Amino acid sequence: MYSIYLWAALAPLIGAIVAGLFGRVIGRSGAHWVTIIGVAIATILSFLAYKHVVMDGAPAFNGTVYVWGIVGDLRLEVGFLIDELSATMMLVVTFVSLMIHIYTIGYMADDPGYQRFFSYISLFTFAMLMLVMSNNFFQLFFGWEAVGVVSYLLIGFWYQRESAIFANLKAFLVNRVGDFGFILGIAAVLMYFDSLDYATVFERAPSVLGTTIEVLPGSEWSVMTLLCILLFIGAMGKSAQVPLHVWLPDSMEGPTPISALIHAATMVTAGIFMVARMSPLFELSDTALTAVMWIGAITCLFMGLLGLVQNDIKRVIAYSTLSQLGYMVVALGVSAYAAGVFHLGTHAFFKALLFLAAGSVIIGMHHEQDMRKMGGLWKYMPITWFTSLIGTLALVGFPGFSGFFSKDAIIDAVHHSARPGSGVVYLMVLGSVLITSLYSFRLFFLVFHGKERMDEHTREHLHESPAVVTVPLMILAIPSAIVGWFFVVPVLFDGYFGASIYVAPGHDVLAEMAKTFPGTAKFFMDGFFHWPFFLAVAGFVITWLMYIKRPDLPDMLVARTRVINDILLRKYGFDELYQFLFAGGARGIGGLLWRFGDQDLIDGFIINGTARAVGRFAGIARKIQSGFLYDYAFAMIIGLLVLMSVGLYALI
Amino acid sequence: MIDISHLLVLGAVMFCISMAGIFINRKNVIILLMSIELMLLSVNLNFVAFSYHLGDLAGQVFVFFILTVAAAEAAIGLAILVVVFRTRQTINVAELDTMKG
Repeated sequence: MYSIYLWAALAPLIGAIVAGLFGRVIGRSGAHWVTIIGVAIATILSFLAYKHVVMDGAPAFNGTVYVWGIVGDLRLEVGFLIDELSATMMLVVTFVSLMIHIYTIGYMADDPGYQRFFSYISLFTFAMLMLVMSNNFFQLFFGWEAVGVVSYLLIGFWYQRESAIFANLKAFLVNRVGDFGFILGIAAVLMYFDSLDYATVFERAPSVLGTTIEVLPGSEWSVMTLLCILLFIGAMGKSAQVPLHVWLPDSMEGPTPISALIHAATMVTAGIFMVARMSPLFELSDTALTAVMWIGAITCLFMGLLGLVQNDIKRVIAYSTLSQLGYMVVALGVSAYAAGVFHLGTHAFFKALLFLAAGSVIIGMHHEQDMRKMGGLWKYMPITWFTSLIGTLALVGFPGFSGFFSKDAIIDAVHHSARPGSGVVYLMVLGSVLITSLYSFRLFFLVFHGKERMDEHTREHLHESPAVVTVPLMILAIPSAIVGWFFVVPVLFDGYFGASIYVAPGHDVLAEMAKTFPGTAKFFMDGFFHWPFFLAVAGFVITWLMYIKRPDLPDMLVARTRVINDILLRKYGFDELYQFLFAGGARGIGGLLWRFGDQDLIDGFIINGTARAVGRFAGIARKIQSGFLYDYAFAMIIGLLVLMSVGLYALI
Repeated sequence: MIDISHLLVLGAVMFCISMAGIFINRKNVIILLMSIELMLLSVNLNFVAFSYHLGDLAGQVFVFFILTVAAAEAAIGLAILVVVFRTRQTINVAELDTMKG
């Protein structure tokens, strides 16, 4: 099995290197063949690993592949931990990645950076696999940073666009903030547990219970809480939780396949995965879990609201991603890790599907992304329309679709949770269902139904996208629709994740839910009589009224609620605040250091000052050099006299 | 009776005069050379005085050396003077300030 895991990770890397370094030699089709074969191998091997670990119930593999360095007692290793959690993640990552590789052939067909793009996404697959397969914090951090770098490269893929460069810099800097917390968390792990190996750390974790650390003078923190919150800050950066969410909407500057793969399906879920992986640590700190829950709930509700006012098709989906990530984080916060990871999996499929469908629409519209210029596309792009419909239904949690099982499980878990404030959070996640339905159907109606608002030229050229685009859509639509049926019971209640996720006895909300769970079919039927369904339907009806029946309503509503609309359009002012406070502050400090520190102090005082002092002294000294013979003679005589006087004085 | 102190005072006076000649003279390089000659002579006088006083002839022998060197020096000094005059058209000490900083 060992070599299967190794090759699953290495195959995409080889593809990336070949396509990246020899892209000119192997040409465009060579580049996509080599990377697709690499990722296909990874997908097959991941499936084998999945079958071995999850289906056949083999014990988890935990082994070192390579020792990178030894510093004293600290061993920095590359190692794999393949258990139910990582095997599931591997399968999701490689499968979605493979679909997106194929889709990219169609989407990027005319792009001059074709080989570069394939190299990047293959490299991303490698990095993401390293992240999820890791058995220690060191490799986790490597994968974590590597996916960050690829994300940076891909957001700025069209590097000649000013906005793309701004967006990738923003993503990188915001992630830096998160990663700073993350690396502090890893440092704390090393400090208290003296190891970076997961198994060792988890084993030793209970030993620090009750230990406190003085972070600021006078305030004692529980070590476990501090450690978990630091690690979670890393997750907040990568999984774009408030207040580190600002980079994700801007990341839509990248090509659409990337938005689907990295900024919706896989990389942004790394934070969720990490927290689930660290469940033995998080379970020891109620405070940290409560913080996690609240952050998730705030992201879930408020980011969803922003999706209502966006007009760029990709940005709506981006805010929807933020909101769904919020759901997953809420699930983690109430200790329903399995539900969070379940939603991660289903979300990966239907969000990738929605993004790819949006990409298909964008191709059809000749790279127009403004939804106000679309409408009535269902006639022209039936496959895209139908797959989008499935994606939308999954996203809003229509009973039976994958999103229904995972999202209702989360909402139910919050309902059963006894964590402080879970009552309010329950209302927030319930409210988000309405919001989700509103923005999802708004997008759906604006794009596919209603009046055709595009110009004549675009309309004439509208047609369904080529097969390389539509086939991945159809393949992704299948799991988006049905995957929930098969997994809801095992994942949530039957210990699908085995020992890979640990839930403290008092926290086990899923066990609580299991007591009242009526069985999959009944659960599905009951879905029609629960609040989430009513809210989703309400969202559907409202959007239908506003965008199909009475298209003049939205403008009226905007006019009535100018203030709220304004706040939403400005995204609560986070961007302005960060621009002003952090970007402006950093520039201010930089300017101060440059002008005062560098120009005045170092250049002016130390360097030029020294030279000037020498010059001034020399200016005085040169006045003595008159050039007249008699002056020198005089100086000589005086000197002689002085010397003689001294000599004589010594004699006497 | 002339004793050694008279001779030494005379030598010192001559030395001071020649020194003053070097300082105060701002006109002519020739006077400068003459002052240097006078300085050497005052030194010679000291030698002779001590030689006589101590009854040691070595001092008077030394005087001859100094006179020889002084003559050579005067010859070279005058030659330099001629060259200076040729290049700069002047031997005015106040104008010879090429070394001014």
